[in-house]
Amino acid sequence: MAERQVTVKAEVGLHARPAATFVQTAAKSSLDVTVAKAGGQPVNAKSILGVLSLDVRQGDSVVIRAEGEGAEELLDRLADIASAP
Amino acid sequence: MSTFTGVGVSPGVGFGAGHVVVHEIPVPPPGARHGGDAEAERARAADALEQVARDLERRGALAGGEGQKVLDAQALMARDPGLAAEVAELVGAGASASRAVYEGFGRYREMLAGAGGYLGARVADLDDVRDRTIAVLDGLPVPGVPDRTAEPYVLVARDLAPADTALLSRDVVAAFVTEEGGPTSHTAIIARAMGVPAVVACPGATAIAAGTPVLVDGASGLVRLSPSEQEVEAARRAAAAREAVLAAGNGLGATADGHPVPLLANIGGPGEVESALEHGAEGVGLYRTEFLFLGREQAPSAQEQEAAYAEVLKAFPGGPVVVRTLDAGADKPLAFLPAKAAEPNPALGVRGSRLFQAHPEMMREQLEALARAAAQASARVQAMAPMVATAEEAARFAAACREAGLPSAGVMVEIPSAALRAADLAAEADFFSVGTNDLAQYAFAADRQLGALTALQDAWQPALLDLVAMAAAGAAGQGKPCGVCGEAAGDPVLACVLVGLGVTSLSMAAASLPAVRAVLARHTREQCTLAAQAARAAVSPAPARAAARSHLPGLAELAL
Repeated sequence: MAERQVTVKAEVGLHARPAATFVQTAAKSSLDVTVAKAGGQPVNAKSILGVLSLDVRQGDSVVIRAEGEGAEELLDRLADIASAP
Repeated sequence: MSTFTGVGVSPGVGFGAGHVVVHEIPVPPPGARHGGDAEAERARAADALEQVARDLERRGALAGGEGQKVLDAQALMARDPGLAAEVAELVGAGASASRAVYEGFGRYREMLAGAGGYLGARVADLDDVRDRTIAVLDGLPVPGVPDRTAEPYVLVARDLAPADTALLSRDVVAAFVTEEGGPTSHTAIIARAMGVPAVVACPGATAIAAGTPVLVDGASGLVRLSPSEQEVEAARRAAAAREAVLAAGNGLGATADGHPVPLLANIGGPGEVESALEHGAEGVGLYRTEFLFLGREQAPSAQEQEAAYAEVLKAFPGGPVVVRTLDAGADKPLAFLPAKAAEPNPALGVRGSRLFQAHPEMMREQLEALARAAAQASARVQAMAPMVATAEEAARFAAACREAGLPSAGVMVEIPSAALRAADLAAEADFFSVGTNDLAQYAFAADRQLGALTALQDAWQPALLDLVAMAAAGAAGQGKPCGVCGEAAGDPVLACVLVGLGVTSLSMAAASLPAVRAVLARHTREQCTLAAQAARAAVSPAPARAAARSHLPGLAELAL
């Protein structure tokens, strides 16, 4: 299981446009991907409603996990989106 | 073939598939179950969600910008795997697809609503996705107004809000039919501005099944369902013939015997000048200056005002341009002029020229900007104050205009007291313009916005005609002109009656000008006077209209 922990820098948190881009990117992959607030319950990263329900704000830390072939590349892309200002 | 009858408020013939606007979807009842084939029911739910997602994406691509972001995010909600799993589970337990969708969305809804803030505001987006999906599953009309279809459609609704009509154009809508509303309702005004036929106050119209072909005659008010091809062709030919007659008559407004009646346009800003000129307006009878002020944090600068006024003035060299000073107040609040006290009854509050009494510096600035614009143009600029009740108020406004260097200062007659003491007001003002919509509202104590009171808003009410006659007589006694700038002036039959009552000019939505010009040109002043007397002799609107028509033989020729 590969994982990344990043701090969300966008002013709107992981909501609105960043959340949509994050979910769209995860959904294009065939891998199982989850996202959680550090220390919290993970949700399906392909679910916009799941991601919104985390209510990730600017400055929060999130953990993204995926398993399987191509997991590292996918996590790099998702980590970039989540940490983009 | 079934028919409905309403009030035609925007002439022309429209034909297309009926689309009934709904704002609420009935909740699928708790315990609603499917027939037993869970697999098929799951597939039905999944297909419906996918169909909604695609439709939202397509609308987003058309909308572009911020709208597209919202619609794309909604499409993601419809494709949410978590939601899909919930729905599949509920269907597996026996729930019908639409009930499962309702409950599945419900779980996320609670979570978003509970979070408040940004997430709380997404509840409306989520509800919209849910209702669209249930509509697809249960074969119900999809909520809201379609922004694009292969063929223009006939939009049927109980009533329409400004938000419903914002994205519409005549390429999309063939005609409007509403159950409520009257000639001055939002739908009627929008339809005339778009040049789309409309019928309002048409009871039972929302029962029209989605997709039924509907033929709408916006002049007669007749709405026919599933007409034959011949009927559609006949109606279109009649409308085209009428348009040809109307288009043929251009030039100055006058009766058949040459009594001039200047025909002017009501405009809300420089953007409406082109349409006014196209329809042959001789000038502007009502330039609403609110558009410069509403929805802003700061008052517009004197330079900005001057530029907006100058742009309209230069379009009508030598013609009259009546500029109404800011008509705002409690129901059209200004961010930079907060009300001094709460007003439980905005229509009776500190609005129109009353606002200026509290803020004389704003009136001075507006009048001075207008005077500077007037100095650069050859148009005959006339300033006009809204909501004037007494001669004293008229005198105060006239003094402010003279101080600013404006040669002509008039008042709106829209409060019954102004009509009752018209001679006193006419002694102070240079001209009158009767605002029939508000005059009816105040004379009949009937809110303009209430569909239930449409009958009291009817401009054919003999009491309203009496008030117009009093205003015109009061002005004439002082040798002053008295125009009408309410919606009544744009009704071709009523226009003749108004001239017969002594009204000296008519100002209306630009699209109404050709019909009024054609009807006036076919009748003498004497016929107009007889029509007016006959209307005032009646005791209620319908007989008043019928009596007036009997004196106006030229209407038949125009199929009006």
